[in-house]
Amino acid sequence: MPLIEYRDALNQAFDEELARDENVVLMGEEVAQYDGAYKVTRGLWKKWGDKRVMDTPISEAAFIGMGIGASMLGIRPVMELMFWSFATVAWDQIINNAAQVRYMSGGLINCPIVVRGPANGGTNVGATHSHTHENFLANVPGLKVVCPATAYDAKGLMKTAIRDNDPVMFMENTLLYGEKWEVPEEEYLIPLGKADVKREGSDISLIAHGRAALTALRAAEILAAEHNINAEVVDLRSIRPLDEEAILASVRKTHRAVLIEENKPFCGVGAQISSILMEKAFDDLDAPVLRISSIDAPAIYSPELEKKQLPRPLDIVSRVLSIC
Amino acid sequence: MATSAKSKDASKPDFAKSPTNTRLSPEQKIKLLTDMVRIRNFETESLRQYTQKKMGGFLHLYNGQEAVAVGCVSLMGDDDHVITAYRDHGHALAVGMTMNECMAELYGKATGCSKGKGGSMHFFAPDKNYWGGHGIVGGQTPLGLGLAYALKYKGAKGAAMCFMGDGAVNQGCLYESLNMASLFNIPVIYIIENNGYSMGTSLERSSAFKSCLAERAAGFGIEWAQCEGTDIYEVRAAVQTALDRAHNESRPTMLEIDTYRYYGHSVADAKHNVPGGYREREEIEFYKKNHDPINVFKAKLIAEGVLTEEKFDAIDEAAKTEAEQSAVFADESPYPAESSITEDVYFEVDRQTEAGRTGKHFFND
Repeated sequence: MPLIEYRDALNQAFDEELARDENVVLMGEEVAQYDGAYKVTRGLWKKWGDKRVMDTPISEAAFIGMGIGASMLGIRPVMELMFWSFATVAWDQIINNAAQVRYMSGGLINCPIVVRGPANGGTNVGATHSHTHENFLANVPGLKVVCPATAYDAKGLMKTAIRDNDPVMFMENTLLYGEKWEVPEEEYLIPLGKADVKREGSDISLIAHGRAALTALRAAEILAAEHNINAEVVDLRSIRPLDEEAILASVRKTHRAVLIEENKPFCGVGAQISSILMEKAFDDLDAPVLRISSIDAPAIYSPELEKKQLPRPLDIVSRVLSIC
Repeated sequence: MATSAKSKDASKPDFAKSPTNTRLSPEQKIKLLTDMVRIRNFETESLRQYTQKKMGGFLHLYNGQEAVAVGCVSLMGDDDHVITAYRDHGHALAVGMTMNECMAELYGKATGCSKGKGGSMHFFAPDKNYWGGHGIVGGQTPLGLGLAYALKYKGAKGAAMCFMGDGAVNQGCLYESLNMASLFNIPVIYIIENNGYSMGTSLERSSAFKSCLAERAAGFGIEWAQCEGTDIYEVRAAVQTALDRAHNESRPTMLEIDTYRYYGHSVADAKHNVPGGYREREEIEFYKKNHDPINVFKAKLIAEGVLTEEKFDAIDEAAKTEAEQSAVFADESPYPAESSITEDVYFEVDRQTEAGRTGKHFFND
C-alpha cells in the first residue's frame, strides 16, 4: 500500500469526486492557480479548470454564503477556509444559513456543502490563527463535524462528506499535512459517525480526535513500554454524528477513560463524552473520567511555550498513572 | 421626511408604454392588481390575528410595498429565482404560496409552509423558486449570489433576484457579494426595497451616499438604477432591464426601489407613528394618499378601461374573505407533534439513509 501525505490523500479525494460528480466544485482563497496555501489542492485547477476549481477573493462571509446558496440548488461545493480560524468571519453564513435553512424550511431545502481547512494550534501563528471550532460547531444541530487524524481517514471521510446531503464541517491539521500514512489505491469510503480503535488495549481507554489521537497513540506506547499499562486508543474521527457505541464499548472493557483533545476545556468535546460516560457507563467505571485539553488560555505565540500548551504524550501518561 | 418621499418627477415617462407593460393582457393586469390586493388583505388579517395573540414572535408587515414584490415576481421565468429578508410575506404570496400555508406558519401550525418551524421571517417554497425568508439583516445577500452562481454553473438562462431593505446596505457581506458578482459575472439582481427606515433609524441617519444607495454598486463596475415603487409599471420596467442584463449578458444589477411601509418595522415597533417617534403621522398619511401602489394602479386600470370600481370591490372582498378564511384554517389546524422538533434537522436522518442511521446525531438521551 503506498505511503502518501495527508494533503495528497485529500487531494485524491477531491480529484476522484470531481470526476464522479459534475456538480462538485472546489472554491476558496488560493485553491486554484496558487495550488492551495497548504498545497492540498495542488494540480487540480490545472486538470479541472476554472469552472470546477475556483479562486475566491478574501471574503469568507460571501464566498461561504455563495457556496451555501449554490448548494441549495444542487451544486456540491467544497469550500476551503485557509484556516478554520477565519470561519468566525463567516459565522453567520455557517450557523444561521447552512445549519438552519433545512429546519426553518420544514425540510424543503438541504445544503450538501463541505467547509474544510486546517483547525489547529501548534504552529506559532498566535491566537487568531489557532482556533479549533469543533466543539462550537458540533453544538449546532444541522451541522456535521469531522476531524480526521490520518491520511487514510482524511481521504475516506472527505469522499463521504462530499456525498453527504447535509453540511459537513471538515477539520484538518497543518501539522499533519506533510505526514505520511498507508492509503490504498482502490476506492474506499469511511462513514461519518464511526470511531476507529487505533490501538487495542485492556487497561484504560484514551479517547481523542484529530492530532490528539496520534498524541494518545504515542502515550500508549510509553505506557506499555515503561508502565506495563495496555491502553486502548479510540479515535472519534467524527464529532457529530458521534460513535457513542464505540466509546461505551471501549470503556466497558477497560473501566477507565482519559479524554484528550487540543480544544479548550470549557464545553469541549471531552465534556460531552464525559457526560455520556457518567450517564451510561457509571457502573462500569473504576476511576473518575479525566480530561486533557490545551491549557485554558488563548493560543500563545512563543514556540517553546506553545508546545507545552497543547497536550503532549507525557501529559497523558501522568494523567493515566493518576488513575491506574 | 425620508428621501424616498421625493415628489414625483413630472417629466417621468409613462411606464405603461414600456414594452414589458404594453404586452400585458387585461387579465394579466388584473392579476397584478389582485396579487397586490391579496397581500394587503393578508397582512391586515395577520395583524388582526396577531393582536388577538394568535401568534408569537415578530410580524413585519408589507403594507405599502406591494408593487415591489408583485412587480418583480411577475417577470420571473422558469429559471428565475427569488430570495428575500424577513419582510417576506408579500414575496411569498406573489410567487404563488397560498394564504393558508402562510397564515398557518404564522400560527406555528403543522400545516404551515415550514410546518411551523420557521415563523413569519422564514417562509420558503423552493418548488416556486422562492428561497426565503431570512432573518438576519443582509445574511441572504451571499445566498442570492450563490443561487445565481448555481444557475450559471448549470447553464440555465436565469437570474436570482435578491431583495433587501435599506437597512441591509450597511452590512459588509453585501459588498463582498457585489465584488464577486461583478468579478465572476454572476446574474444576480440585488433589489433594495428602500422604505426610508432601517427599523427606527431614517435613511439619512443610517447611510452615507451620493445620489442614492444603489449608486454604491458603481464602484464595483455594476450597473445600477433607482426607481419608485409606487407605480407597478415603473417597477416592472426597471426590473425587466435588470433581468435582460442577467439573462443576456450574465451581469449583475443593483436596483433601488423607493417605497414606504405603513406600519412599523415590526408590530412591536411602537415609535413609528407617535409624537416623539421617528416619523410623523402626516408622513404616513402623505404616502397613503399619494403613493399607495394599489390605489395608483387601480386608478390607472380604471382609466385604461380594464377595471371598474365594482370589479375592484369584488377583488378586494374576495381577498378579504380569503384572508379571513386562512385565519380560520390556521386556527383549526393542529400544532406540530412534539416528535417533529427533531425532524428536518438532517437530510440523512430524515430519510433514514445509512448515513442517517450511523452514529449519534442528537444528544438528549
